[in-house]
Amino acid sequence: MKLTVDIRKKFKDFELCVDFEAGNGVFGLLGPSGCGKSLTLRCIAGIERPDSGIIRLDDKVLFDSSAGIDLSPQKRRVGYLFQSYALFPNMTLEQNISASPCGKKNCSEYISLFYLNGLEKHYPHELSGGQKQRAALARMLAAEPEMVMLDEPFSSLDRDLRLRLEGKIAEISRDFGGTVLFVSHDMDEVFRLSDKVAVIENGRIVDTAPKRELFEKPNTVASARLTGCMNISSLVCDEQGVFASDWGITLPCGHKAGYGYVGCRAQNFEICSEKNGADVFECEIVRITENMFSYTVFFRNKGYISAGEGHTLVFETDKDTWHKLDKEKLFLRPVHEKLFYMVK
Amino acid sequence: MDISPLIISLEASLIATVIVFVSGVFTAWAVTIDKKSKVFFDTVFSLPMVLPPTVIGFLLLILFGKNSFVGEFLSRFGINMVFSLNGAVAAAFTVSFPIMYTTARGAFEQVDSIYIDAAKTIGMSRLSIFTRIRLPIAWPGMIAGIVLTFARAMGEFGATIMIAGNLPGRTQTMSVAVYTAMQSGNRELASRWVAVILCISFLSIISVRLWNEYLGRKKK
Repeated sequence: MKLTVDIRKKFKDFELCVDFEAGNGVFGLLGPSGCGKSLTLRCIAGIERPDSGIIRLDDKVLFDSSAGIDLSPQKRRVGYLFQSYALFPNMTLEQNISASPCGKKNCSEYISLFYLNGLEKHYPHELSGGQKQRAALARMLAAEPEMVMLDEPFSSLDRDLRLRLEGKIAEISRDFGGTVLFVSHDMDEVFRLSDKVAVIENGRIVDTAPKRELFEKPNTVASARLTGCMNISSLVCDEQGVFASDWGITLPCGHKAGYGYVGCRAQNFEICSEKNGADVFECEIVRITENMFSYTVFFRNKGYISAGEGHTLVFETDKDTWHKLDKEKLFLRPVHEKLFYMVK
Repeated sequence: MDISPLIISLEASLIATVIVFVSGVFTAWAVTIDKKSKVFFDTVFSLPMVLPPTVIGFLLLILFGKNSFVGEFLSRFGINMVFSLNGAVAAAFTVSFPIMYTTARGAFEQVDSIYIDAAKTIGMSRLSIFTRIRLPIAWPGMIAGIVLTFARAMGEFGATIMIAGNLPGRTQTMSVAVYTAMQSGNRELASRWVAVILCISFLSIISVRLWNEYLGRKKK
């Protein structure tokens, strides 16, 4: 199964312009709130109408502005799990699940599949957050959709419940077999659940890649930031090598002509005993934040100030390692294999 | 005391309320779905609220009179609108329709569109979205509209007297009875009907208040 999306929609002060293809498996859309993720899903579902473009599911054209095709949501058969679940408040759980044309015959099957037995006669306001989510999933799947979209499915749940239900969603996505679109602003969630990820910023897709590739080596500065990389520097290439101008170190790597930026994740530094190379930071610690199981250390290359914000770097380390270190003489080197270079 | 005005008032208002309810809810639904036409229909359907009842009576006479197409068409089926209970119903209908329409539209607009979106994505048809989601969720907000429609229909005077006339025992409603009694100097009879109308109006309004209070508490 393949979903092809290429749509544009203009608002007064926002323009959505997305273009991607999603095959079988979970396709994650990652982006900050208000970037157009949910709007994209609404356009695919047929609740919102794009100004122009095309949406296709295999050979079935859901929307094509040039051919004047715009299928109703009912005919699209795209399952949509809403952020707030949108269970009908005037119906019991059982009535909710059997509300769709296919739901009647599937109702009892999906009630037991989602462990909702015994709750059939309960109204949505009598259900817990997790039960609501399972009920909404059951209702969506009982309608026999051809593809499924999940819009921030965990945002209204407690952390504890969230992790537990993630497993259930992963299982359902695997069993479903078709295309699953998963939208979230939480990069950890997207990493855990998706096979392939597209990063959206300001209504545009800035990067698309299989998840490991995307998180290890993002292709653009925007996607590096949105996947949680805080250390990004501009590059200046000359005969001596590649100079990271925000950080004030020279990277002994091959010619990097054409690349404008370099990134290094907070976990990817090695600790050195002295400044034994042009690529080593002599750290001046700016601030330390204590996390539950680690420390986040904000530091600068001693004596080096650049114009941008980029001269303060972030280093994350476990507590034991940090306690053993001499904080007055801290030398860090970015692990070269884990550095990534970006054009823009 | 001849209680026929009470019976005629109740009969005309109840029939009018039923028709107003069905047509008002249906119209409000259609306008809610098709947002483009909203301004136009809102204006047209709210017009009877501000027009003088005599103007409404005049227009109804033109519409249903013997010389009009509609009037002639109806009379073929033995339905006579002028100087009959039907006329009283038509007058009551016209003046109370805006109340039901406005309340129903407000109630439909209060229904969170996310339920409608969800219903569409699971493949529910327009009609079943209306009967199973929109109407049941909006229903509590319409109860007040129904009561007020009835009360307004009951109080109609100007349009009623123009189209239905003032035939005792046939078209004379309570509000018309008050007028007739005063004209003939029967103050006592007039004050009796005034008392009855006051009671019914008071009960209507207080029941609407109590119902809204109950809804407000339930929401919390």
